[in-house]
Amino acid sequence: MAGAVSQPNVVYKARKRRSPLVDFCIAQPLGAVSGVAILVMLFAGIFAEIVAPYDPLNIDFGAMLAAPSPEHVMGTDAFGRDIFSRVIYGARTALTIGFFSSLFGCTLGATIGVASAYFGGRIDMVVQRFIDVILSFPIIVLALVVVAMLGRNQIAGVDVNLIFAIAIPIVPKVARVVRAAALSIREMPYIDAARAAGFSHARIIFRHMVPNVAAPFLIMFTAFIAQAILLEASLSFLGLGVTEPTPAWGLMLSGNASDFYREAPWMILFPGLAISAAVFAFNLFGDSLRDWLDPKFKV
Amino acid sequence: MLGYLVNRTLLMIPTLAGVAILIFFMLRVVPGDIVEVKMRGDGGNVTQETLDYERKRLGLDQPLHVQFGQWMVGVATLDLGNSMWTDRPVVEEIGIRMELTLQVAVMATIIAVLVAIPLGTISALFKDSWIDYLVRIVTIAGLAVPSFWLGMLIILALLYWFNWLPPITYTPIYVDPVANISQLIWPALAVGYRYSAVVARMVRSSIVEVMKEDYIRTARAKGVFEKMVVSRHAMRNAMLPAITVIGLEFAFLIGGLVVTEQVFNLNGIGRLFVQAVSRNDFTLIQSIVMLIAVVFILSNLVVDLLYAWLDPRIRFGGR
Repeated sequence: MAGAVSQPNVVYKARKRRSPLVDFCIAQPLGAVSGVAILVMLFAGIFAEIVAPYDPLNIDFGAMLAAPSPEHVMGTDAFGRDIFSRVIYGARTALTIGFFSSLFGCTLGATIGVASAYFGGRIDMVVQRFIDVILSFPIIVLALVVVAMLGRNQIAGVDVNLIFAIAIPIVPKVARVVRAAALSIREMPYIDAARAAGFSHARIIFRHMVPNVAAPFLIMFTAFIAQAILLEASLSFLGLGVTEPTPAWGLMLSGNASDFYREAPWMILFPGLAISAAVFAFNLFGDSLRDWLDPKFKV
Repeated sequence: MLGYLVNRTLLMIPTLAGVAILIFFMLRVVPGDIVEVKMRGDGGNVTQETLDYERKRLGLDQPLHVQFGQWMVGVATLDLGNSMWTDRPVVEEIGIRMELTLQVAVMATIIAVLVAIPLGTISALFKDSWIDYLVRIVTIAGLAVPSFWLGMLIILALLYWFNWLPPITYTPIYVDPVANISQLIWPALAVGYRYSAVVARMVRSSIVEVMKEDYIRTARAKGVFEKMVVSRHAMRNAMLPAITVIGLEFAFLIGGLVVTEQVFNLNGIGRLFVQAVSRNDFTLIQSIVMLIAVVFILSNLVVDLLYAWLDPRIRFGGR
């Protein structure tokens, strides 16, 4: 009967498989909506020069604190700068910093988490105690100290130290979650096999373990973009994040805005809405992604 | 139980020591100190001797391990030194502001508990109904709205509808409760929204889980009123994860107030911290960070003790 097995007479038709994208949109309609919202923000950020009607830095003393009108749909600020244009350019700032902080923090965290689980024993214990220590700082306190100590370091118009400061509080959180996931992977036979085959630690970690924590990584990466955007806005609001004249949503709520917002509420209304919408979209997208990829996983 | 308490308290020491080492060296490895900010910041033409003299006075010329040793001895004897900026004792600087921040944090916690537990429970009991969707949207929005922006909106709303602004000067609650509450309730609401949202989400998901348990079916089968099933069987069990979140968020609230205090012009710990950071006031920064870490670790401890008290499986478990 062995022949029957090796020569199946059933011809399998290539099953029509829905693309993952379509599948996600059907299973998670809210996720799809938030995904579209993120794409819109991304588009606005990338093509800000085309989308924005005015130069965000263009000072117009003839139109100071102008209320929303057809010329300035979101009004102008104390320097007569168009708020709509500044919100559009602010998307670029927020998304750049959010994306890179989250990417850096999650990658470093995941590497530490996997390595800690893989090596186990004393290394694991030391790493976990260190993570305990960092986790007893509220994130904003840690980010504030890091950003104030490092100062500013602009590369290509982006403050690299700010990205670093926002990424640091993300690292221990990701490391802890990824470690838990990696602990069960470590017991898998293919890890033993890789070890028996004499592969190096680095190869086992990066080629065999890291790909298997991709799902929690992706979920946390999206969720932490939201956190990073919120943190960037808070730091900029305190005057320790993005600096003038760069348009950033948090910065638009501070400085002149805090003196004039009672008379000109549009100054704070739209940047604040932009922060909330961006964080809301990324949170919702992250939640949907989690439900779709791995319903049991909790951040 | 006493042994457990002692054990847990002793376990705080290594974590706190870690926090102390980390913050101390983080502040000092990067060049730049308060003397630079103080002297050069004024745009003055300061000689190197003046800078050296000031560093010597503040003890910043000592080797790092000596400075660290002095600070640790200070911490152990509860003498945190003087602020490098105002020269007043750190304990005094923190003391006059702690009251305000703590009160706002406690008020926000009360708001969160009062709002989140009923909201989360209703949402879970009417899962997938329009009430549930509404609560979920409101709570997920709570995670997205920055508390400082919400604070500004609250001020605008008060001005617009009541033509009234909260008092600017701080009155302790034991002097004039009305003036005190009318000033501090607004920041508490601003940070309380996010807090309630986090707790409500946790309450909802844990009640949804608990309602699937066998003992809920048993209770219903023996004819217990649904109200009793929810209040005696479901809620009591679902409260444990909620308490964890409340405890964790309480500690982080002290940090979260860093931003919100600016909006309401409150002279609290958060504001002091931002000032200290922008002035490189090392003694003040490290003391506040230690204080926040202590609050964090203590609230974790309280959560664990509450757990043991509320959950007989832990209380009587042979641990």
